[in-house]
Amino acid sequence: MSSLEAGLLVALVGNPNTGKSTLFNALTGLRQRVGNYPGVTVARKSGTCDLGDGRKAELIDLPGLYSLAAASPDEQVVIDALSGNIAGDRRPDAVLLVVDATNLLRNLFLASQVAELGLPVALVLNQADVAKEQGLRIDTGLLSRRLGGVPVVLTSAWKGEGIAEVRRGLGEALTRRAPMKRVVWPTDIAGALADVTEAASADTGKAITAADAQRLLFDTNPSTADRLGWTAERREKPLRAARDRVRNSGYNPMAAEPLVHYAWLRTALEGVVSEGHGKAGRTAAVDRLLLHRVLGPLLFLGIMLGFFASVFWLAKFPMDWIQTAVDWTKGVVAPPLSAYPMLQSLVADGILGGVGAFLVFLPQILILFLFIGILEDSGYMARAAFIMDRLFSWCGLNGKSFVPMLSGFACAIPSLLSTRTIEDPKARLATAFVVPFMSCSARFPVYALMCAAFIGPLYGPGWESLVMVGMHCVGLVFAVPTAFVLTRLVLKVKPQPFVLELPRYQMPKPRDVVWRMWQNAAEFVSKAGTVIFAITIVVWALSYFPRDASVAERVRAAHPTESAEKVQARVQAAYVEQSYMGRFGKTIQPIFDPLGFDWKITVGVLASFPAREVIVSTLGVTYSVGEGAEADSQDLRRAMQDAKWSEGPRAGRPIFSLAAVLALMVFFALCSQCGPTIATLAQETGGWKWAAGSFVYMTTLAWLVSMAVYQVVIRLT
Amino acid sequence: MTPLSQLLPGQFGKLASLNPERGVDQRLMALGLLPGMVLKLVRKAPLGDPLAIEFGGQVVSLRLAEAENLIVDVAADCPIQRPRQP
Repeated sequence: MSSLEAGLLVALVGNPNTGKSTLFNALTGLRQRVGNYPGVTVARKSGTCDLGDGRKAELIDLPGLYSLAAASPDEQVVIDALSGNIAGDRRPDAVLLVVDATNLLRNLFLASQVAELGLPVALVLNQADVAKEQGLRIDTGLLSRRLGGVPVVLTSAWKGEGIAEVRRGLGEALTRRAPMKRVVWPTDIAGALADVTEAASADTGKAITAADAQRLLFDTNPSTADRLGWTAERREKPLRAARDRVRNSGYNPMAAEPLVHYAWLRTALEGVVSEGHGKAGRTAAVDRLLLHRVLGPLLFLGIMLGFFASVFWLAKFPMDWIQTAVDWTKGVVAPPLSAYPMLQSLVADGILGGVGAFLVFLPQILILFLFIGILEDSGYMARAAFIMDRLFSWCGLNGKSFVPMLSGFACAIPSLLSTRTIEDPKARLATAFVVPFMSCSARFPVYALMCAAFIGPLYGPGWESLVMVGMHCVGLVFAVPTAFVLTRLVLKVKPQPFVLELPRYQMPKPRDVVWRMWQNAAEFVSKAGTVIFAITIVVWALSYFPRDASVAERVRAAHPTESAEKVQARVQAAYVEQSYMGRFGKTIQPIFDPLGFDWKITVGVLASFPAREVIVSTLGVTYSVGEGAEADSQDLRRAMQDAKWSEGPRAGRPIFSLAAVLALMVFFALCSQCGPTIATLAQETGGWKWAAGSFVYMTTLAWLVSMAVYQVVIRLT
Repeated sequence: MTPLSQLLPGQFGKLASLNPERGVDQRLMALGLLPGMVLKLVRKAPLGDPLAIEFGGQVVSLRLAEAENLIVDVAADCPIQRPRQP
């Protein structure tokens, strides 16, 4: 292998729903690397592809798109990657174009745009099995000749057929380096393109490629001009003149590109596809059922409820196992360290607590991505968006916001990752912003503890379940107006176009679905995992230090007759009270006083900013019932029921009044108390600005609403 | 001449004009929806919006508001070019 061949780089390009990812997996096996493109939240997937002749090439799986006229970040990445304008990536040596064999004309529009880049091309006509079923016969030899002799291969990546031929075709393209035949522009358009090239090159001093000139002439989007450094003042006049020239020749400049390309392609495809007898396919029939006026929404609800219930309940078991495994590890590791209490606490509560805190999310993430993968690959996700779009479009979101928001009821982190399916960047941002409002499963223990300790005993099980359900709706009630205000007043977006292909239904390929699930989980662990871990250690340190042995001695002296266990719980409570966290909690308790929170609850709230479920075990410590308290702990319930204000105007009255209990639950429903969510939000929105905004907004909103609840209810009861 | 949004489910029309300056129409043109193309309104979503239209062997969803600016010629004998569903 020569050094030149060792560095072969090939870009995989195609329309969405062409089986591109399946082909990518088939070509690279599982030798893949996933990263991010600099500055944008578009994943960069690459793998090593064997060319079957001893050579290997790095294959980059670029996002699926219909046209090179950049509208979304995904599309911009493809253009930049193909023209070699991405930092750290060079220009590819060849393009592997994947097209749907059942719809050559539409798919070849992108191919003919890519041809303008002048790169060697190999064309893969995928889903050949479906084309055959439909009775379509494709003359690949003729198509190859019409396109200037580029290798054309028929494959069925799903069935694993024709993969060796793809490798050979790609090898041939790389060896012969023959580009694909390009569209023939009418004289005046060719002239206008030449004018643009000349003006841009004179103004910027850079070489302008044919593809650049087309983007400059045909697109309203200024991204190409910006990249070349062709300023708005300088380009305005020559571009207007060139567009006038196109218009005078009878073409609308904004429509010229598809008109000329499609006309050229129709000629190129003449006689290539012949139709025999075939089956029409079941998609239309399935759609009659799944998109039926009445049955459609019912089936949709059923599918989504099943989906959500599975995520929720299936994940419960592995989550319990993880918890058990972490506890078991603590039991093994902690006792030998008893001679060094600080180290023991660091290992048991800090490190193992931190590891457990993010591992516990993994099952939900895996299951969620498994289901999302199945929904997407089967083609149902587009139908779900079609059904739901009307409900979301009025507040600036779109039908694709639905699945992330529903998943948010399980866990915000995978939901945030799943907002990547939304092409419109502003709708994606708005969806990501409201996802953390959904009542995730970590809020459940808080509601469960409060309802079981106070609402149930005082008002009966009916009210208990009603409050539980109500709490799950609080976030949603605030999320929708938030999205409205965000999109209309802050981002000031006009309603964005929502053009969505409803693709053919297809059986998802298990390997693809499982592999994508695994990649998403690995990304979560490597990115969010480190942040969660770090925050947990910091919170541990704040509630551990300072630790003066005299505190324990004082507690023991004050309670000489109590059992060792009880005294130990009191010692822990005393330590937390005088820790930095405890002191800070006492200092800022006045802020939470209008919400009815005493210093112990305040410490609980503070300690649960990295992960809201921590409140239960923190209350366990501050109310001296010992660590490891859970939502169903009888001791904790009793300790909280007995808790009274010791001083101030409310002295002697119970701390956990109905008003305080409701206020606390509402606070937890709305507050941004999840380190991983903030970290993921920053990652997905490309910076800390939106993550910080989300934190400030949610926390302020939680305080205001919770305060209003407390002040109203305390006056009514 | 009728806006596409006023077609009934199952009805065919020939695209008379679109507005190439609009982002939506640019996307539709990239998908091959060009003047002269025959399309079919397959159905409306259960809540009446968006619409599913079929042209060139594919089904595409677009919103009612976006379909208002697409003008079609509803002809009685207007078979779609490829009646096959994708």
